[in-house]
Amino acid sequence: MLQLISLLMENKPGALMRVTGLLSARGYNIESLTVARTLDPGLSRMSIVVDVEPNQCMQVIKQMNKLVNVLQASDLTEGAAVRRELVLLRVRSQMQNRTAILKEAEIFGARAVDSSVEGFALEATGDPEKLDEFIEVMRSYGEIEVTRSGLVAVSLENKKLKLAPPVHKDSEVESSSPAA
Amino acid sequence: MSGTLMSGSQMVLECLMREKVEIIFGYPGGVTLPFYDAMYDSPIKHVLVRHEQNAAFAAQGYSRATGKVGVCCATSGPGATNLVTGLVDAMMDSIPIVAITGQVTSKLIGSDAFQEADTFGITRSGTKHNFLVKDVNELPRIMHEAFHIASTGRPGPVLVDITKDAFQGMGHYQPVTSIHLPGYRVYTEGHAGQMRRAAQAMWEAKRPMIYAGGGIIHAGAHAELQELVELLDAPTVCTLMGLGGLPGNHPNFISMPGMHGSYAANMAVTEADLLIALGVRFDDRVTGRLAAFAPHAKVIHVDIDPAEVGKIRNPEVPIVGDVKKVLVKILEDMKATIADKAINEASRAAWREQVVAWKREHPLEPSMSPDAIKPQHLMAEINRLSGGEAIVSSDVGQHQMWAAQLIKFHHPRLWLNSGGLGSMGFGLPTAIGAQFARPDKLVFAICGDGGFQMSIPELATIANHALPVKIIIMNNGYLGMIRQWQELFYNNRLSQAKLDTFPNPEKLAGAYGFKGSTVENPNELRAALEAAVKEPGPYLLNVKVASFENVYPMVPAGSAINEMVLGPPQPVEVA
Repeated sequence: MLQLISLLMENKPGALMRVTGLLSARGYNIESLTVARTLDPGLSRMSIVVDVEPNQCMQVIKQMNKLVNVLQASDLTEGAAVRRELVLLRVRSQMQNRTAILKEAEIFGARAVDSSVEGFALEATGDPEKLDEFIEVMRSYGEIEVTRSGLVAVSLENKKLKLAPPVHKDSEVESSSPAA
Repeated sequence: MSGTLMSGSQMVLECLMREKVEIIFGYPGGVTLPFYDAMYDSPIKHVLVRHEQNAAFAAQGYSRATGKVGVCCATSGPGATNLVTGLVDAMMDSIPIVAITGQVTSKLIGSDAFQEADTFGITRSGTKHNFLVKDVNELPRIMHEAFHIASTGRPGPVLVDITKDAFQGMGHYQPVTSIHLPGYRVYTEGHAGQMRRAAQAMWEAKRPMIYAGGGIIHAGAHAELQELVELLDAPTVCTLMGLGGLPGNHPNFISMPGMHGSYAANMAVTEADLLIALGVRFDDRVTGRLAAFAPHAKVIHVDIDPAEVGKIRNPEVPIVGDVKKVLVKILEDMKATIADKAINEASRAAWREQVVAWKREHPLEPSMSPDAIKPQHLMAEINRLSGGEAIVSSDVGQHQMWAAQLIKFHHPRLWLNSGGLGSMGFGLPTAIGAQFARPDKLVFAICGDGGFQMSIPELATIANHALPVKIIIMNNGYLGMIRQWQELFYNNRLSQAKLDTFPNPEKLAGAYGFKGSTVENPNELRAALEAAVKEPGPYLLNVKVASFENVYPMVPAGSAINEMVLGPPQPVEVA
């Protein structure tokens, strides 16, 4: 099943690889992945859609939460969250279709971000199914080229972020006991 | 900028000193030359192994025998790739080691430079965490973070890959006073409500069974385990990783569960109504067919790793925490409700009798023969010599299983073996690390003739340091476990299982300057082992054993653990 995971992680080299490696090691295919920094430039927010065996969803989240660079991994597949995707689409069109394309785009809440004699570049956001329709419609007008951002999501629940407090070197207690 | 001006190499050594590292197992190379140059002036002992894989195993041996963090070091490229097996092995068995590797100069990274490999990428999945350090100023923080991550929570290997320019660069060293890893959460305390429920479930159980694993050893929870075993008076199994967690001669101990577990252990787990799982991970070699594992039992699962709880079996009472702290609390709760002990004590007494009956029915007993040394006979003799006190570092295969079944350990950190990864070649270098850690201890390296030859170059390290390791080769002339499976499951088509050549042990040990011999007469076995132990230095004893002996009991793959094969098929009489 497709699982939507949202991660808050440290913006460090290799952090992305640790998350994706965890999925590829289990043979899971990533459907989409977006990552960008947050208000705190030291942190990134990642949204992943991945095809996971249903009984492994929990395990994947737990394994992600174990990664040192990951501050929080949460499953947004079911919970209260806003999910959006952005699509950039270029459509080549005949002169006589131009008005119709713009009208159609308006219905989908898309807007033209570039215009030339060859056609338009359009930008649309929405849920993936809606965007699928939008793409289908545009295809009927002529040759198209599409770039999708992949799903980004924000949880509507206030999930408390549990962070590890700093550990003072000298107060650190040996976790393992010496030999008997 | 304040702080002492020093090179990156010196900073690494300074951090190692502060982490109280006494010994590094390693092998120098091009890009680690600056580090080895600084080491020339350091009081930290460096042991030059003969292959980097064995540096990782020796560091593990040191760690497994003491609980402290083991340290190994290798150069870039081939040095680092050679470490990988030892790292993954440590990962599987949760052994805290820190590996320091050299990396090519930061400007050359990605240029296919000489001896360049993407160590950071290669070791990502085989370590608990890893670092690539290109800036000398980051070294102190990262070195201490590495030790912190390796040794806390569920322990594991951490690798620090350091570029040559970071080793060489100069910086102002300031001691690290605090470690801030906001995403590294360690849950040690356990949930109070769940711990109370656990205590209650124990008193309510009619057929309780304690299933203790490597977590008991890592947490140093052996005393608490024993207290629980005695308070509840429950039969107890220790997994391959947990052997020594409860003294091997404890009356409640019924050996190991699983594929080569004892009859009593597997029957008891199958019939139990409460499985108290402590620092275990329901490994497939323990559970057999999962649906039939402890089918009547409610499960209490205590583990420090939240991802282990519910990974394989959903417990009725999940407890994430340090098993020592959790047991202390559960014991308090049990004592506070000691009146409840009487509720089902009669049922538990009957249960104990049942378990004793199973134990008597099919005991793990060494079989002997007047004609040839049986492998079980060898393990029984080693057990006699050890008296539960010696360190036994085992390789992987049939001998490992017989040793686990027949050698008793009265303390934790005596039985060292590659449980999760099952790495052949583990026994000898791990014994080296253990002997350095515990010079006071008698250390046996028990190897098959296969695994021994995988780490044979370490005989030089042993000779070099006159380490009094007793190397016992259980020599059956075969890759025994392969041969056993081929016999049982592949119509006895012995494909590539025979090891035709084995070096003359006397000459081999002699070539390194120590003693070796062969014994093949069962009547001479005891004297030969005693002579090896009496020898002040190292000793290589080649024990020629019966070739076609199989490890029993055996749970065939995919079977339930109570569907054990207890012994070889009896010959059918032809009329």
